[in-house]
Amino acid sequence: MSLTPTPEEISPKHHLEELETVTIRFAGDSGDGMQVTGSQFTTTSAIVGNDISTLPDFPAEIRAPAGSLPGVSGYQLNFSSRDIRTPGDEPNVLVAMNPAALKTNLPDLEQGGILVVNTDAFVEGNLKKAGYETNPLEGGTLSGYRVFRIPITTLTLRALESVKIPHKQQERCKNFFALGLMYWLYDRPLETTLKWIGEKFAKTPDVAVANTLAVKAGYNYADTTEIFTTHYRVGKAKIKPGKYRNITGNEATAIGFVVAAELAGRPLFYGSYPITPASDILHELSKHKNFGVKTFQAEDEIAAIGSAIGASFTGHIGLTGTSGPGVALKSEFIGLAVMTELPLVIVDVQRGGPSTGLPTKTEQADLLQAMFGRNSESPVAIVAPATPADCFNMAVEAVRLATKYMSPVMYLSDGYLANGSEPWALPKVEDLPEFKVHFRTEPEGFLPYLRDERTLARPWALPGTPGLEHRIGGLEKEHLTGNVSYDPDNHELMVRLRAEKIQRMSQDIAPLEVFGEPQGKVLVLGWGSTYGSITSAVEHLREKGESVSSAHLRHLNPFPKNLGEILSAFETVIIPELNLGQLAMIVRAKYLIDAVSFSKVKGKPFKVMELVRKISEYL
Amino acid sequence: MSEEIKSEAENGNGNGAVKLTRQDFITDQEVRWCPGCGDYSILAQVQKVMPELGIPKEKIVFVSGIGCSSRFPYYMNTYGFHGIHGRAPALATGIKAANPDLSVWVITGDGDALSIGGNHFIHAIRRNLDLKIILFNNRIYGLTKGQYSPTSELGKKNKSAPMGVIDYPINPLSLAFASEATFVARSIDTDPKHLTAIVERVARHKGSAFVEVFQNCNIFNDAVFKPFSDRTVRDDKMLYLEHGKPLLFGKDKTKGIRLNGQAPEIVTVGENGITIDDIIVHDETAPEPNMAYILGRMQYPDFPVPIGVFRVADKPTYEEMMAGQIAQAIHDKGRGSVSALLNAGETWIVDEDGEQKPALN
Repeated sequence: MSLTPTPEEISPKHHLEELETVTIRFAGDSGDGMQVTGSQFTTTSAIVGNDISTLPDFPAEIRAPAGSLPGVSGYQLNFSSRDIRTPGDEPNVLVAMNPAALKTNLPDLEQGGILVVNTDAFVEGNLKKAGYETNPLEGGTLSGYRVFRIPITTLTLRALESVKIPHKQQERCKNFFALGLMYWLYDRPLETTLKWIGEKFAKTPDVAVANTLAVKAGYNYADTTEIFTTHYRVGKAKIKPGKYRNITGNEATAIGFVVAAELAGRPLFYGSYPITPASDILHELSKHKNFGVKTFQAEDEIAAIGSAIGASFTGHIGLTGTSGPGVALKSEFIGLAVMTELPLVIVDVQRGGPSTGLPTKTEQADLLQAMFGRNSESPVAIVAPATPADCFNMAVEAVRLATKYMSPVMYLSDGYLANGSEPWALPKVEDLPEFKVHFRTEPEGFLPYLRDERTLARPWALPGTPGLEHRIGGLEKEHLTGNVSYDPDNHELMVRLRAEKIQRMSQDIAPLEVFGEPQGKVLVLGWGSTYGSITSAVEHLREKGESVSSAHLRHLNPFPKNLGEILSAFETVIIPELNLGQLAMIVRAKYLIDAVSFSKVKGKPFKVMELVRKISEYL
Repeated sequence: MSEEIKSEAENGNGNGAVKLTRQDFITDQEVRWCPGCGDYSILAQVQKVMPELGIPKEKIVFVSGIGCSSRFPYYMNTYGFHGIHGRAPALATGIKAANPDLSVWVITGDGDALSIGGNHFIHAIRRNLDLKIILFNNRIYGLTKGQYSPTSELGKKNKSAPMGVIDYPINPLSLAFASEATFVARSIDTDPKHLTAIVERVARHKGSAFVEVFQNCNIFNDAVFKPFSDRTVRDDKMLYLEHGKPLLFGKDKTKGIRLNGQAPEIVTVGENGITIDDIIVHDETAPEPNMAYILGRMQYPDFPVPIGVFRVADKPTYEEMMAGQIAQAIHDKGRGSVSALLNAGETWIVDEDGEQKPALN
């Protein structure tokens, strides 16, 4: 029997209304548990059959002063009965647990939107910390919204009177009360969360009981009081049959590399130094030692990549991961991997910059760093996932290209993909690509820089193999022998061969697909995490009959072979990027087209409507 | 190779039964150090020791950074990796962690290991990876033509310090002790017999083995060690450490080192009531490195300069513990399966009618 009776059974007094799409944002102090609340709502929504997309937004400080503006942590999720690709432009609902959360998030709430506030937190001290002269809950400043003033802390404490845990800990359960409220408001079952609480707090049964009571109390409060007159149902989305799980980009990245190493038939070695927002990849990979995964937390970014190159020389799948500042430190070693022509994948989970910049905010401004950020002619391949779940596919792709072409590959994720989540249609093991790696073992005719005719890859010859003893290093290599060479003609030959090898990968990557007609007025060309916003914007305009298509690059070096042909079939090419026009610069240079760059650098993703407006200017 | 011998050879520290000669370790590459450079002696001793170890040469890897010494791997007919400046320990860490079966050697210099690569030097040693680290200390930057290094003496005049160096030098041994090294030694290019013996001990040690080799740069810092290492004076100016033996030196071995409180002092056995029992007996296996640290800081001209093995300790290596955790994880959870990994966590199934239900994992 279900733990939660359907609302109709117990409360005919409430009106149930059908909605297509809802965007909720939970916001509170970074100690208020907003990330847990948001991710629980997400999992439940996925299981009841909605399509979902999420965006956590948290401060760089671990614990900024309680109640302060920098300490606000938020979690936005979009759930829908139709296919969605973004966490939503403007929240329809804002849950504000304190004045600072209200202050920082209210400007985003849609006009007429639902605002749930924890009135208990609106006390003088908190109001002052948030910079409010007067209490915004009083007076008419919130008249444009449907405001629900609920003493969430008081109600939570009352519900937990019987539980023997300290007062402070009881107070901490208030996020679950808020979650219960929202479950009622959007007609969600409690089971998934109750099961999760049971497992998560198995070792502290009192806390498990407290949180369980808090969720139920929130749900029942909404149900039995007259405070909400209407609640809402968001129907099931038409989702392709299959098996799903909700996944963040960083999880998908980590799992993708574990699987890629299995497909290559070699152990994964991950050298990394903690850095936001890439650290979760290290955490995740360190859990998978039973796959033979070796994780090495190095003394710095440089040692992290150096160890990965050493492991790669020794026949492991060498991987290092970081964010932009870390890539800057790793640059010299990336050059060594280019010179020694060893397979290596460098994960860059991009964040706002330059320098330390905005560690927890997203940006796509490392493309030119990935392309050119090394001394001399130092080409590497570049791939970029388009969505959180796509991180899995591109991790596998990065390892495939790195091992087949004996080359470093940059993998450009970003903070938005890393922490955002979406349902992932689980691939079948038998559908994954096969690319078992082969090592050179035959001494006869062995030359360290003798290349494969098709890929230009040199042989991978591991220490421990009798008869293949050889030396590699950063000094220029003589063609074929790999001996140190200062010969001018040899140097030019090798520079050209290294460049050509990267370009040869284009024979081995999928052609670019166009969403919409293959020709027309406007093509919107994107890369990386802007996929969701761009595709939604283009779909919106196409439904209105506009002549607009989009294409999304997941290979940035080399480009898919058919890119030039696609670009030339449109009157205008618009390139939206979360930078000042980096892809646009490369495309203009390479294809000599007058592409329009559309930039945003606010540490936040594009809103769909921002893109719709910009694209409309060219239609 | 018999199974028994093979298992000993497989930790990368030798004793296998492979019969090789010095010639097997010489490459066809022309050695490009300056004539008269101390590096030739070190190369010769290492090539001489290699066949003694019984390790097949394909299982040996020489890794280096940048500098004159770092050309070394090109001259060893084994596997080799000439890396970037200061970062050889990082490359070597990945190599050894990926394949603990290899004998991994790091060749570095005073600038490479102690200046640009100081951080990696400390951490490779503290992790106790089974790496053999030979630091060629010539107290000068040779490849960049004569700037001072982190071991150059205070006041020394050279290309980048025409009025004399104003950086205080670092003591490589002190740094190694502070980094919790499990093997610390020192030798000198001009004493091939001693150098050979030390290189062999380095090779046999399980864990990070560090040796500082005083190496003469006859172009930019000639004779820097000569005041104490010259044949005519070295009996009086150098102290050869031997485990279990008293710290005696001098032509007739009558001078010795004793402790006066925490400070070492030179005494003469048979004078002022000093007997052999007053002299410190060298214990390279002492649990704490305190005495080794004191010895490592004895410098010319106040003291005889000690060479030999200062400290040996037995601790599990990083790569052993790493492999141990992997074995433990496989034992506890079973060998990872791709299918189980993909299907982990909260999953749900959407059927052909669009109905969704939680999946039973």
